[in-house]
Amino acid sequence: MSEIRKVLIDPLIDNNPITLQMLGICSALAVTTSLLPALLMCIALTSVTALSSAAISMIRHRIPNNIRIIVHMTIIASLVIMTDQLLRAYAFETSKQLSVFVGLIITNCIVLGRAEAFAMKNPVGLSFLDGLGNGLGYSLILISVATVRELFGAGTLFGYPIFELTRNGGWYPANGLMLLPPSAFFIIGLFIWVIRSWRSKQAEPADYQIHEVHRTDVY
Amino acid sequence: MEAYFNLFIKAAFVENLALMFFLGMCTFLAISKRVETAIGLGVAVVAVQAITVPANHLVSAYLLAPGALAWAGLPDVDLSFLGLVSYIGVIAALVQILEMALDRYVPKLYNALGIFLPLITVNCAILGGTLFMVERHYDFGESVVYGIGSGAGWAIALIAIAGIREKLRYSDVPNGLQGLGITFIIAGLMSLGFMGLSGIQL
Repeated sequence: MSEIRKVLIDPLIDNNPITLQMLGICSALAVTTSLLPALLMCIALTSVTALSSAAISMIRHRIPNNIRIIVHMTIIASLVIMTDQLLRAYAFETSKQLSVFVGLIITNCIVLGRAEAFAMKNPVGLSFLDGLGNGLGYSLILISVATVRELFGAGTLFGYPIFELTRNGGWYPANGLMLLPPSAFFIIGLFIWVIRSWRSKQAEPADYQIHEVHRTDVY
Repeated sequence: MEAYFNLFIKAAFVENLALMFFLGMCTFLAISKRVETAIGLGVAVVAVQAITVPANHLVSAYLLAPGALAWAGLPDVDLSFLGLVSYIGVIAALVQILEMALDRYVPKLYNALGIFLPLITVNCAILGGTLFMVERHYDFGESVVYGIGSGAGWAIALIAIAGIREKLRYSDVPNGLQGLGITFIIAGLMSLGFMGLSGIQL
């Protein structure tokens, strides 16, 4: 029981794919200008990760070791194609906004990373949960970033106005920078700072430390 | 000729894959600690991008697009839903072939690139370049130029951030921001710089 909780909860903060494992960053930055595409992207990625981990774990004893990457790629690509077609059928407008990024789930390192690191060594159920947990960890960051960017960039959430904008006679002057690419970098950078100040064992040691010498020291 | 030159500048600077579209970010952040390795990876990406984008253009134009199989007498077939699987297959195969060819004919370069070549298969800048090419309907000549231009832009961004990070080793960064955090902030500042180029109308 505790093992199940561990694979499901750990990736949320303690072993988050984006802020600690440094995986799947591209889409985290690109689709977060507003909340709706970010939410769809999270659902797509979480389901692809969970299902591909389960599928790969199911056939893990039969995959020859030297062609395993190609096998993984094929399974992942098929799942992504299914997701892409479903999105086009039921959420066409938003899938246009996501543009190439649904396709890029194939090369999203979270999916392949979990397949390699976890699904190849663990049973089906646990692999499924691990994929789900990592997908949720990714979603947590993505949705927080998208909330900040949409709220402060356009004053809306899911397209509904929250802050009344000055150009519509309200009080909030929209911060256009939030909608531009650089702000995504800044916000994730600050998120990492917050998480690592809170969980200080995640902080990386400095590459180079200046040796401190005090003048009052007596040698 | 001028149109090609404009497309190159646009692909390399105005629509920089790394800093404007965030593609290849994982490698961008992971392999940018030293300028030397960054140059190696940058060269590899330019080479692979210059080969795979035109190759995938051929696959898309003569096998997958609606009506592309007209030459085989099947004008009504639309295989575009197979796009993603085919493109990633072509990329994986070409990277493998490139690796073997380099090993056989230019072992020096092969040793220099080392682990980076196989890693490129899962670099989203490569697949992203192909998908943008398909989405924007480039023709063959344009896809060659776009491949080289976007690869070069990615390489420039990677080498630039590696240079900054080498200098940064000696600076006093707050504890939690050390490493990944400060790298994100630098990338944000670089992205702001590249945005200055987006006003250029070509």
